[in-house]
Amino acid sequence: MRRQKGPSLHMTWSCFLKINAPHSHSASGPSNGWVSVSHSCPPTRGTFSFKAAVTATDTTTKVKMESRSVIYANHLNLKATELRLGLPGTTEEPKKEKTVHAIRNNKRQVRQTSEESISISKASHVHTPPAKAKIVGWPPIRSYRKNSLQESEGDGIYVKVSMDGAPYLRKIDLKLYMGYPQLLKALETMFKLTIGEYSEREGYKGSEYAPTYEDKDGDWMLVGDVPWDMFKTSCKRLRIMKASEARGLGCGV
Amino acid sequence: MREREREREREEVSESSSSKSRGGSCTEGLENVLENVLENVLNFLTSRRDRNAASLVCRSWYRAEALTRSDLFIGNCYALSPRRATARFTRLKSLTVKGKPRFADFDLMPPDWGAHFAPWASALAQAYPWLEKLHLKRMSLTDHDLSLLADSFAGFRELLLVCCEGFGTPGLAAVASKCRLLRVLELVESVVEVEDDEVVDWISSFPDTQTTLESLVFDCVECPINFDALEALVARSPSLTKLRLNRYVSLPQLYRLMLRAPQLTHLGTGSFSSTEAAAVSDQDPGYAAAFEACRSLVCLSGFREIWVDYLPAIYPVCANLTSLNLSYADVNAHQLKSVIRHCHKLQTLWVLDSICDEGLQAVAATCKDLRELRVFPVVAREETEGPVSEVGFEAISQGCRKLESILFFCQRMTNAAVVAMSKNCPDLVVFRLCIIGRYRPDPVTLEPMDEGFGAIVMNCKKLTRLAVSGLLTDRAFEYIGKYGKLVRTLSVAFNGDTDLGLKYVLEGCPNLQKLEIRDSPFGDVALRSGLHHYYNMRFLWMSTCKLTRQACQEVARALPRLVLEVINSDENAGDDIQTLYMYRSLDGPRRDAPRVVTILH
Repeated sequence: MRRQKGPSLHMTWSCFLKINAPHSHSASGPSNGWVSVSHSCPPTRGTFSFKAAVTATDTTTKVKMESRSVIYANHLNLKATELRLGLPGTTEEPKKEKTVHAIRNNKRQVRQTSEESISISKASHVHTPPAKAKIVGWPPIRSYRKNSLQESEGDGIYVKVSMDGAPYLRKIDLKLYMGYPQLLKALETMFKLTIGEYSEREGYKGSEYAPTYEDKDGDWMLVGDVPWDMFKTSCKRLRIMKASEARGLGCGV
Repeated sequence: MREREREREREEVSESSSSKSRGGSCTEGLENVLENVLENVLNFLTSRRDRNAASLVCRSWYRAEALTRSDLFIGNCYALSPRRATARFTRLKSLTVKGKPRFADFDLMPPDWGAHFAPWASALAQAYPWLEKLHLKRMSLTDHDLSLLADSFAGFRELLLVCCEGFGTPGLAAVASKCRLLRVLELVESVVEVEDDEVVDWISSFPDTQTTLESLVFDCVECPINFDALEALVARSPSLTKLRLNRYVSLPQLYRLMLRAPQLTHLGTGSFSSTEAAAVSDQDPGYAAAFEACRSLVCLSGFREIWVDYLPAIYPVCANLTSLNLSYADVNAHQLKSVIRHCHKLQTLWVLDSICDEGLQAVAATCKDLRELRVFPVVAREETEGPVSEVGFEAISQGCRKLESILFFCQRMTNAAVVAMSKNCPDLVVFRLCIIGRYRPDPVTLEPMDEGFGAIVMNCKKLTRLAVSGLLTDRAFEYIGKYGKLVRTLSVAFNGDTDLGLKYVLEGCPNLQKLEIRDSPFGDVALRSGLHHYYNMRFLWMSTCKLTRQACQEVARALPRLVLEVINSDENAGDDIQTLYMYRSLDGPRRDAPRVVTILH
């Protein structure tokens, strides 16, 4: 069992761009609800370039009015395109694709932003992947297949929950919970057990079970060790272990 | 026997002689005889390509072939009207119709674009009361259509719906209850509409008596089913060999079904986990024993919500498996190894990349007979690294020399690995490599991926289907045009440099039928270079390329039998074309296009 991880350094520049995103998106739109914005700039050899064939899907899906504005971290007051170091997960959607719904007259703004973002990334000399605007139909996997796997395509962060000794799996949506207390309560109700209080020093001492999770690196960690937002984005699956087994996991810094 | 034949011939000749007195000629009688003979001979022709060739010999052969064709394949539902099909082929027992182009699966088409089955349904209902089999792909059909089918064909036996949508459980119930001779009901990757208040218990709609069911596939149906009714249905279907359950069937329920049907050859295991309610009373009832009892099992799929601890239950059947689909099961390398090491006879394997390169190496070590491999990504977005790479890919090429078809999603790939596969696996017919990171060069050499794909078309002489990815220049397409002489289907996305690329392909690939291109810098010059070939193609798709309306208009005028559908969601795009979908049609442009589609003429 690995020890708790410290905060890692991330320069996810894509979070820190502020776009003058459209504040009004006409909900009616074209009658079939199918809006598309696309612009292509052929790449020069050997460089990344930003290409987005960005299309809003039909109006029956939830239309997200996300602006790509900066989410202020806990105690820092950030300006639009400032670079900073921060924990992953402390901005709204650090590494996920953002669905950019832009109607026609915002085309230029989007393009400007992308050029902005490229120049910033070059300036920072950090090898980060290109802007993760959501590209319709890429990669070419049927939505039917995508939906079956644990992917938070905006609607929910579904993780499997297993419990030692119980031969069944449950699935929960992490997006439904505001923080650890609610999550733990939900788990207690779901599996009819008590998990008890979490303390940094002693973990879940005193209860029969301890909730653990597997993070993106494949490490098993104790639930509660990292900030909630970081947990939400890095949790791959949950496992409710017998407390005796969970003792090796990191507890406290 | 001979005497009788001669007598019959004489009768026929004399018949025609009497028609001679009515103005007919003596040769007419002979022609009739020959046509009869021809029909008898043509009955033996099954391949549609052979039949198409035969029908071109002369009018009499055309007629005889039309009368004897019992299985009709229509690759594009808009290539002709239903009436034309029913007028020419009067004795069909089986029909296959395909609708939308493949890129519709990836939301690149408006949802109401078309491919409605309704006009076909009514034409078929009138023309072929003895129709037995219907196979539809990417068509839009309603419950009403299904009801009409169920009502119209008394001898109906097989219904296959692949990637279809628009219908729901009422339609299924109609088919189940009215098609008394039904043998095959297969729903594959189709979207079954489920409105909560309208869900019909279609499983209970099957007749109470013993059924003739051989295949029941409904793994894509996203709503619960009546399990008791299903169990009873399986129990009274002694011919059932193929059963694929949806994810609402739990492991204990699967167990019960397997006990009822040990004769199964193809099994889709449903969720392969338990619901809470079942778990309470659940001790492991011996799942492995149930699998062991299915001695004929050769094809295993499902595992929709797999509880991996139970995966060992399938060990007893692994040695006989020829096909294994774990592509909905998030298993790691270790878990896969425990299974795959038994699977010496495996020919088809679908997995997730959660098995990592290590898992692929294990596959390569054991599955020497592998013909088809598909590796899907768990994380469907661009990342710098992924769990599978050129390492696993090359291992597969080393170990699975008989590989014929591969679909491989990854975040990185090297030219060297692709070249290796081209040499190790010369039998490749289908090569689809999807490097999820767009414009990604070879990470080791930083070169484009031209040489890798070039080697594939050069060395794999049987290649008919190719999908390219990564950073590609015109050179890659030059290779394809030069060596890809048998290529029928080509998929291009975010590739290429100039019009030359597409030009190479259109000029060099005489067998090209289906060309789907998105987000690539090909424009008018390239489009014009294919004028000599477009009538030979099933379709051309180009979206977010560099076409102008004017050039498309030119093509439309030059080739009157082509239908050019321009889909521009942005009303004011000006001269730029967002999507061009172009296909040949004998009956002119369709009349059911939505507003977003403009048909050029």
